[in-house]
Amino acid sequence: MLEILQYSFMQRAFVGGILIAILCSAIGVFLVLRRMALLGDGLAHISFGGIAAGMFFKVYPIVSALVFSVLAAIGIQKLKQMKIYSDSAIAIFFSFGLALGVVLVSLSHGFNADLMSYLFGSILSVSEADILLILAVGLATLAMLVLFYKELFYITFDEESARAAGVPVERLNTVLLVLTSVAVVLSMQVVGILLVSSFIVIPASIALPLCRSFRQAVLMSVLFAVASVVAGLLLAYYFDLAAGGAIVMVLVAAFAAMLVYKKIAAK
Amino acid sequence: MAEKILEFRNVSFSYGKQLAVEKASFSIEKGDFVGMIGPNGAGKTTLVKLALGLLKPDKGKIRLFGKDIADFHEWHKVGYVPQKATGFDQNFPASVFEVASMGRIPKAGLMKQFSENDRKAVERALEVSGISGLRGKRIGDLSGGQQQRVFIARALAAEPELLILDEPTVGVDQKAQHEFYLLLGRLNREMGMTLVLISHDVGVVAKNAGKIACVNVGVTMHDASKGIDAALLCAYGNDMGRVPHHHD
Repeated sequence: MLEILQYSFMQRAFVGGILIAILCSAIGVFLVLRRMALLGDGLAHISFGGIAAGMFFKVYPIVSALVFSVLAAIGIQKLKQMKIYSDSAIAIFFSFGLALGVVLVSLSHGFNADLMSYLFGSILSVSEADILLILAVGLATLAMLVLFYKELFYITFDEESARAAGVPVERLNTVLLVLTSVAVVLSMQVVGILLVSSFIVIPASIALPLCRSFRQAVLMSVLFAVASVVAGLLLAYYFDLAAGGAIVMVLVAAFAAMLVYKKIAAK
Repeated sequence: MAEKILEFRNVSFSYGKQLAVEKASFSIEKGDFVGMIGPNGAGKTTLVKLALGLLKPDKGKIRLFGKDIADFHEWHKVGYVPQKATGFDQNFPASVFEVASMGRIPKAGLMKQFSENDRKAVERALEVSGISGLRGKRIGDLSGGQQQRVFIARALAAEPELLILDEPTVGVDQKAQHEFYLLLGRLNREMGMTLVLISHDVGVVAKNAGKIACVNVGVTMHDASKGIDAALLCAYGNDMGRVPHHHD
């Protein structure tokens, strides 16, 4: 067995990283196809406000970030129903979260170092409690996604027909946003706020051009994400790199390889 | 008297101040094949959206299978092929079987996994639509005519009693159109399905449908066997000839 797995911090990193990779990359397929690729990024910045608020008011930051992110997700959906364009709705909440975070940071002096770990991720310092939370919430979120899979697929492909077939489109759109916000908050510790959207956008973008069916696209997206976590963590361990950054670099390399493959296959 | 499948009573609907449907009253009976014709902006698609519950009437009553539409929940009984169904993202990774399966959702139930029975029904829908052989193909790789059949299969997967098609042959070549109308004829005659076909093409409607609904803000029904001139006149006025209308 690899010596790397002897360390409990590495075990936690693998377990947490892989679960988050599965969750984000599966959700990512729905979001990318609905032209909502940047939602993850927006929600991550909103969570920044939540993290800062948690630190400021001495609440477990992941919990306050979850609350912020879920409320913002519902808020974005409400603004959309009030005929505000969805990218504008995301930008409004995005700015608010970031602004709130900055204001709270300026009010207190001392948690900047901790905040940095959320900005850039610190998967190698994930605690036992964190990993239990990630596992519990992550598995519940994954179960919801499986439960609503075929309805979300229908809405993603053809919203109007789904509505005509009696699928509760508005409610399920909110469910997808809430699931995304939970996934985003859980991934913050792994890749950090600044890189969260990579897990959502890149695996799906690699898989979509290669697949003939939706199911295949979801599975391939998950496969690429998990492989990148494993490869990224190994690279980080052996070459002493920032784990979050290493994982994203692997993902980007895989995306570039896919482009080259498509180019060659087209000839 | 045959069972009334769809009934409009004095239904009016406006988009803001723009009146789209005014006092529309008509009924469609079990086994009917109704062609809906009328000029652009006459309210044909609005009527369909009202019948599907996607829009709510400002005035009047709509009944589906004898129930007020507000109390109607058996949406698996109504199949729908939307206008520009083939206008979806052609790069979307979805197989023919997956697209047809979506149509089974109202019958299978929300948040339930498909049973063996559901899968068989989807297979049958593909077979009736003549595309069993394409089940594993990516939908974007098919021709316009084949894609159209996938959307028919999707509508048939829930084994509906009423099938509503909104301009289904836009962008489909002549030969595929001909085969498509043969398929509709079989569904109506051999399987007893009630059909509502919206079309610009008066000639095609007159040839295939048993009844013609002329839509021009209001709705008037005509028997197709009595010739289409009266129908044409009501929908387009005096200055329109019997010229088939095709979209690019």
